[in-house]
Amino acid sequence: MAEATHDIEIRNLYKIFGPDGAALVDKVKAGMSKEEVKARHNHVVGLNDINLTIPAGRIQVVMGLSGSGKSTLIRHINRLIEPTSGEVMFDGQDIVQMSQSQLRDFRRQKTAMVFQKFALFPHRTVLENTTYGLDIRKVSRREAEERARRWISRVGLDGFEDSYPNQLSGGMQQRVGLARALTNDAEILLMDEAFSALDPLIRTDMQSVLLDLQEELRKTIVFITHDLDEALNLGDRIAILRDGEIIQQGTGEQIVLRPADDYISSFVRDVRRGHVITVRTIMRKGERAETPVSLPHDTLLEDAARAMTGVQTNAANVTGPDGKHVGTITLAKTVAEMIAPDDTEELSPEVSAA
Amino acid sequence: MAIDGGFREFTRAYGETLENLFHPIQILLVFIEDLLIDSPWIIVMAGLALLVWLLSRSWKVVAGSIISLMLIGYFGMWDDTMSTIAMVAVCTLIAVVLGIPIGIVMARSDRANAIITPILDMMQTMPSFVYLIPVVMIFGLGKVPGVIAVVIYAIPPIIRLTNLGIRQVPADVLEAAEAFGSSGGQKLRDVQLPLALPTIMAGVNQTIMMSLAMVVVASMIGVKGLGQPVLQAINNQYFTLGVMNGLAIVAIAIIFDRSTQAYGKRLQKHLEAVHG
Repeated sequence: MAEATHDIEIRNLYKIFGPDGAALVDKVKAGMSKEEVKARHNHVVGLNDINLTIPAGRIQVVMGLSGSGKSTLIRHINRLIEPTSGEVMFDGQDIVQMSQSQLRDFRRQKTAMVFQKFALFPHRTVLENTTYGLDIRKVSRREAEERARRWISRVGLDGFEDSYPNQLSGGMQQRVGLARALTNDAEILLMDEAFSALDPLIRTDMQSVLLDLQEELRKTIVFITHDLDEALNLGDRIAILRDGEIIQQGTGEQIVLRPADDYISSFVRDVRRGHVITVRTIMRKGERAETPVSLPHDTLLEDAARAMTGVQTNAANVTGPDGKHVGTITLAKTVAEMIAPDDTEELSPEVSAA
Repeated sequence: MAIDGGFREFTRAYGETLENLFHPIQILLVFIEDLLIDSPWIIVMAGLALLVWLLSRSWKVVAGSIISLMLIGYFGMWDDTMSTIAMVAVCTLIAVVLGIPIGIVMARSDRANAIITPILDMMQTMPSFVYLIPVVMIFGLGKVPGVIAVVIYAIPPIIRLTNLGIRQVPADVLEAAEAFGSSGGQKLRDVQLPLALPTIMAGVNQTIMMSLAMVVVASMIGVKGLGQPVLQAINNQYFTLGVMNGLAIVAIAIIFDRSTQAYGKRLQKHLEAVHG
């Protein structure tokens, strides 16, 4: 099993769409705005100075609305789109500089991709779709089918091996897409709005499938989405993209608590805060309360509230990573934090510093 | 005119070389023709019925084919029909062998597309009698010039539909193939051609139909088959002879058409069963 060991480092990445993009990079670097480039040169700035380190073995979510450049960004990691300038480093190699055959090998060995509209091969059965990545690497039929069957079974499609994609529902088709990508056994899994085309219930379902798989696979997953709930649910780290620029990156909690600007504030306003914020963030340090409830510092507010109301108490003690007492929370504060953004909240140092 | 003079020179200089070059076509055509005419009719009929069955998998089409062939034999048109079938088979084979690669090249290169499209337009709109002239000047009367004239007339659909079929492959599916690291050849073989195949089959069907239509015209330059009695009927105002042979052409056209269409449909089986 290919466990991820290398970060992906994106440095000073620019993409300007149009016949003469390369000539405009310097102007964009010098500060020419997206609108100006469009008006004066009729070129579109797709990505503007992207710097992002995608940690090995974690789920990096890239979030943005349509037109923000998120799909363009993910396609630079396997170079389905050629950058105008910049570098994408992986394992000491710059993907941007690779020759065509190096790039083909990189795609075959190191990456796999799941697409928004599934992009399954309609003329191939589920099994044949799933073996595709191995087929083009000329893995023997027997081994390819054996590995494919294992993943088809893992994503819950036992018995559908010989069906054609058209015979399956959207959710099942995307399971095939996931199985096809996992069978490739690559370190990097690129997921381009993989669940956006699915019904909300099935989407949540697929998110749990992915999180379960990631628990054991520890791949480097780049997940594109326009849905903040999905981003918060899946992302170890989240980068928010607007107009081709990263305007904030961090953990979900950091983004919800400290939105970098009004644009992000408007995004996070409707978030289930209790599902994102941890007790560490709102606790009073050092104090100790008389209460039977003791919670780890990374407990979510929802769970903390449930624990306190469950035994009808108004406070809980919080323990640190080492299990020692670090502070207390009150039920009132917990509920207040869950329901409304509070500008006067006190952040504990480790969160604001992170 | 000067051009005519020049062309005549060219014909005198290279006519024989070209004739030798195309001789294998004549051998192939004569072989198939003899095979169909000289074998006992019952075996030929059985062979054709089997072929129709393999393509269409439909008893109705097979039964229709057998009845049509029986009637053709009963009215004494068997030999001419066999000549025509041999001619159409050879022309279609050549058109497919040449046309599909040309279609692939057009699909992969916009420049090739831009150059070849107007040539195809010209081949399809030029009155077919006109390009009989240079063909006859080079090759004289006979089978080979007939084949060349028919192929020129019948090849555009297979080229166009191969091109179209490949270009119609959804971009997201191609991107998926690309993302998994397919080479150009792998993409063509594993994704583009299989997905284009139903469209390509429609092109083969059209090519067969156009070959059949052209066979009558080609009889003017000495191609044997059902076209000759039709030509004779026109010249002598033999209405019945014309209609009978015309109907025989219609009959084999329908047999070819139903068989190839049914085959094309079967290729699309994966598209039929849609999730409800």
